[in-house]
Amino acid sequence: MMKTIKTILLLTVVALTTAAFTLKPAAGYAVGDTISDFKLKNVDGDFLSLSDYDDAKGFIIIFTCNTCPYSVANEDRIIALNDKYEDSGYPVIAINPNNPISVPQESMEKMKIRSDEKGFNFPYLLDEGQKVYPRFGAAKTPHVYIVTKNDMKVQYIGAIDNSSRDEEAVTEKYVENAVDALLSSKKIEKTTTVAIGCSIKV
Amino acid sequence: MKKALLIFSILLIISSCKKEVSKTNAVDNSESSWQEVSSVKTVNYNELKPYLEKNNDTTYIVNFWATWCAPCIKELPYFEKIKQEYASKNVEVLLVSLDFPKQVEKKLIPFINKKQLQSEVIFLNDIDENVWIKAIDSTWSGALPATLIYNKNVRKFYEQSFDYNMLETELKTFLKP
Repeated sequence: MMKTIKTILLLTVVALTTAAFTLKPAAGYAVGDTISDFKLKNVDGDFLSLSDYDDAKGFIIIFTCNTCPYSVANEDRIIALNDKYEDSGYPVIAINPNNPISVPQESMEKMKIRSDEKGFNFPYLLDEGQKVYPRFGAAKTPHVYIVTKNDMKVQYIGAIDNSSRDEEAVTEKYVENAVDALLSSKKIEKTTTVAIGCSIKV
Repeated sequence: MKKALLIFSILLIISSCKKEVSKTNAVDNSESSWQEVSSVKTVNYNELKPYLEKNNDTTYIVNFWATWCAPCIKELPYFEKIKQEYASKNVEVLLVSLDFPKQVEKKLIPFINKKQLQSEVIFLNDIDENVWIKAIDSTWSGALPATLIYNKNVRKFYEQSFDYNMLETELKTFLKP
């Protein structure tokens, strides 16, 4: 009996310690990999999958969240991306990968508020149970994956542009360049980029 | 009885006053040794680079952080502690802030003063993140916090949070026995 209690206590300590740290997730999709679809709840209450999009040519999937200042600094740019590319067949799909149990500001309720406040023109899904973001290998918010629909292949992974902290200083728009290349059947020049972001909260 | 109550009240007031006074003294003492910071050194990546590749007998711990990054703030005291504990063992700590340029005055400098940070703080202001993140470490996704530990023999990059024990264990692998 004593032993069981000890084991349980030890396990609890281990679990709590693990939860307290943000560790780098195992490597996920690379450019060229085929992704599997997901089904996640949107801020409008409905569940959404990539297969729901009949007319899309592909997707701009962005892991982002309510609280990360880098995500917030990119909100207007994400709205503009959907404005520009939804009609051409590349809608934005935003996914919040954070655990709302450890960070209450990341709850579905708070996501709805943020989506309304900012007037998000794209779905904002919660990765409930945090099963989807590790598959992608998303390490931070914001973290972009561009996927083509016919083959479900990853075409681009990385940053929105080359200046996440200061929008006015942007000189290279990586995501726009990638989608433009896909739309004109050209080769994407930069298929992976990096930018500063917030670690995903487990 | 009334008299006793009065004396008791007076004693109570005096003793509580005393407490207040000693409390203020304690705060004064610690603050007097702190030199208020009014600016922070700002660098671009080329100016930061020499800090990341010094070739001498010191082991450098370079922590990339920001005042808005909760896990960064949580681990900051461990970096401060290790700086103190290992000061005599040729270990230096550098805190590279990735705050927003507009928040240096409003957030970063007040934070340094509030926490009385002992480690050197540098503000990295360079827009081409895609270039310098890869240059600092090819495996870094750009997520904060992140830490580089190096000396002239070994160099390791950690995209993770630390607690004190983990940090000390890692540091020890860099120090000669």
